[in-house]
Amino acid sequence: MTDVSATPATVASERPRGRSFGKIALRWLLYIVLGLFALYYLMPLFVMVTTSLKSLEEIRTGDLLSLPRELTFDAWRTAWSEACTGIQCEGVKPYFWNSVMLAVPAVLISTLLGAMNGYVIAQWRFRGANIIFALMLFGCFIPFQVVLLPMARMLGIMGIAGTIPGLIFVHVIYGLGFTTLFFRNYYVTIPVELVKAAKVDGAGFVRIFFAIFLPLSIPIIVVSVIWQFTQIWNDFLFGVSFSQAGTQPVTVALNNIVNSTTGVKEYNVDMAAAIIAALPTLLVYIVAGKYFIRGLTAGSVKG
Amino acid sequence: MAPILEITNLYKNYGATEVLKDINVSIDKGEFLVLVGPSGCGKSTLLNCIAGLEPISGGTLKIDGHDMTHVSPKDRDIAMVFQSYALYPTMSVAKNITFGMKVRGVDPETQKSKLAEVARQLQIEPFLNRRPGQLSGGQRQRVAMGRALVRDPKLFLFDEPLSNLDAKLRVEMRTEIKTLHHKLGASMVYVTHDQIEAMTLATKIVVMKGGIIQQIGSPSEIYNRPANLFVADFMGSPAMNLIPAKTSRGSGGTMIEIQRPDLEPIRLTDPRAQGLPEDIILGLRPEDISEPGFRVGELVQEAPCKVEIVEPAGADTYVQTRLGGKPLTARLHSETEAAPGTVHNLAFDLAKVSYFAPETGERIN
Repeated sequence: MTDVSATPATVASERPRGRSFGKIALRWLLYIVLGLFALYYLMPLFVMVTTSLKSLEEIRTGDLLSLPRELTFDAWRTAWSEACTGIQCEGVKPYFWNSVMLAVPAVLISTLLGAMNGYVIAQWRFRGANIIFALMLFGCFIPFQVVLLPMARMLGIMGIAGTIPGLIFVHVIYGLGFTTLFFRNYYVTIPVELVKAAKVDGAGFVRIFFAIFLPLSIPIIVVSVIWQFTQIWNDFLFGVSFSQAGTQPVTVALNNIVNSTTGVKEYNVDMAAAIIAALPTLLVYIVAGKYFIRGLTAGSVKG
Repeated sequence: MAPILEITNLYKNYGATEVLKDINVSIDKGEFLVLVGPSGCGKSTLLNCIAGLEPISGGTLKIDGHDMTHVSPKDRDIAMVFQSYALYPTMSVAKNITFGMKVRGVDPETQKSKLAEVARQLQIEPFLNRRPGQLSGGQRQRVAMGRALVRDPKLFLFDEPLSNLDAKLRVEMRTEIKTLHHKLGASMVYVTHDQIEAMTLATKIVVMKGGIIQQIGSPSEIYNRPANLFVADFMGSPAMNLIPAKTSRGSGGTMIEIQRPDLEPIRLTDPRAQGLPEDIILGLRPEDISEPGFRVGELVQEAPCKVEIVEPAGADTYVQTRLGGKPLTARLHSETEAAPGTVHNLAFDLAKVSYFAPETGERIN
């Protein structure tokens, strides 16, 4: 019984053994290379975290790559509430909240408007829909620097220059191209018969959007939110151009902290502040990153 | 009583292309109208025009006597079943069915009782809480029907509702739709490219081609007296035999002569036909060409034919021969002795014959 079943198996495994050795070696090589890459990319983060947990004394005397001899969270405390940005010394805290108050509404508004734009362009193909879509797409490729001056003038006319609503406005306008693209591409894969059925059922434009399309859009909403949040939170140029002393986002504050130290350079505080500034986007990726990839590919393989 | 649906001189253009030309149809309450034709003939566009999902370029459309030409779909009192079912993917089956009532502000108690009634009728009670994605094709089809039925509209519209189902289920659902039509006495407009579906379901058929109505009539009119060569060829399977022939005036009526490559020309006499042109196209359904002795009547005439192909199909055997340069299919009984390569007598029943003018393709008898 065992003989009978073993014979063909051994015969079959005889030849692939040589090949499988090469396969395993290749696999190992792959993992080693990947590991090296991961190490390389993680190095800055490692240095940032360890440095932020060291005392200034230790930084001056110690090795850049060594682990802290003794853990101290002083630098974090300083960065959060005491570090000086120019003449004020309140840490990044107020600016962090500025960024939150700026990013959250800007992300929500641009995502909602993008969803509506995409819905109209993909499902209510009015005359000229494609041209409008092309123009909006074009908006994605306009460099930030080009719009600085006209936008400053515009904000001045609207009376929201230097305010957080002004910055929200800028980011919503700039983000619309991307969010519209996301939602339009997602909605074109949905059969037009769905809108027809809802129309026959008696639903109108707004009702169809909120009752049928928005609930369908969770994956692409995640994509849009991650994309927009990262863009807006990490933005420096608009932040530095269109804000005043009290309304600066955290990226600008970080720059000011790093640049306005007098005397000794407090690397540990700089590092802690940088990590604090980067934490929200990191968090968004960790929490929703898996949906990000899923959402990006969702439209194309809809079953 | 006003017709439930009355379409007069309807035109539909997309830019410069005319998709529908001068459409005139009307049906009475309780009728089952089927729009049939090859793809691209405008039948679905016409249905969308009736639903109000496509604007009409010219003409008028009345539903139950009211002018609906420019009325939006929700105010037309119609319900529609789509080819892709178009169920709302994020809603449960129950919510799918009640969505229309919810939008219209029907009170929850009525919604509940109507849902229960429709669910029982269509036997979809077990999966009322499931999402459309968790249902099979046939179940989705039922839900789509339920969504239409629950509304109790003046007019039901069906856009190729069975074309996504497999063959067996399609036949089952076809019967079910027919039963439903009888039970409800509802007025229905149904689009299909399947001529068998059209024949089995309709009380009235509209055959379309290139945006123009070719013929309107009952299934038997369409089948037995097709208005032109297109209808004759499109309706019926296997298709009607359309054979070029020459006519002459003889003693017993019109003599019809059909040339063939290998044997003597066939000569048939039709005592009833009058005033036919010299060149005609003779149309005979396969079942009107049979084994000698199986059809009786004064107009049954026999002729020997060379059998080329024999195709047993169970109940019948189809035999192919060549007449007037065209293949001809005859429907013989299953025990026939016809064999390929032999000469076999076939009986032509001219009582059912159609004559067409070769130039125009129009029927001339």
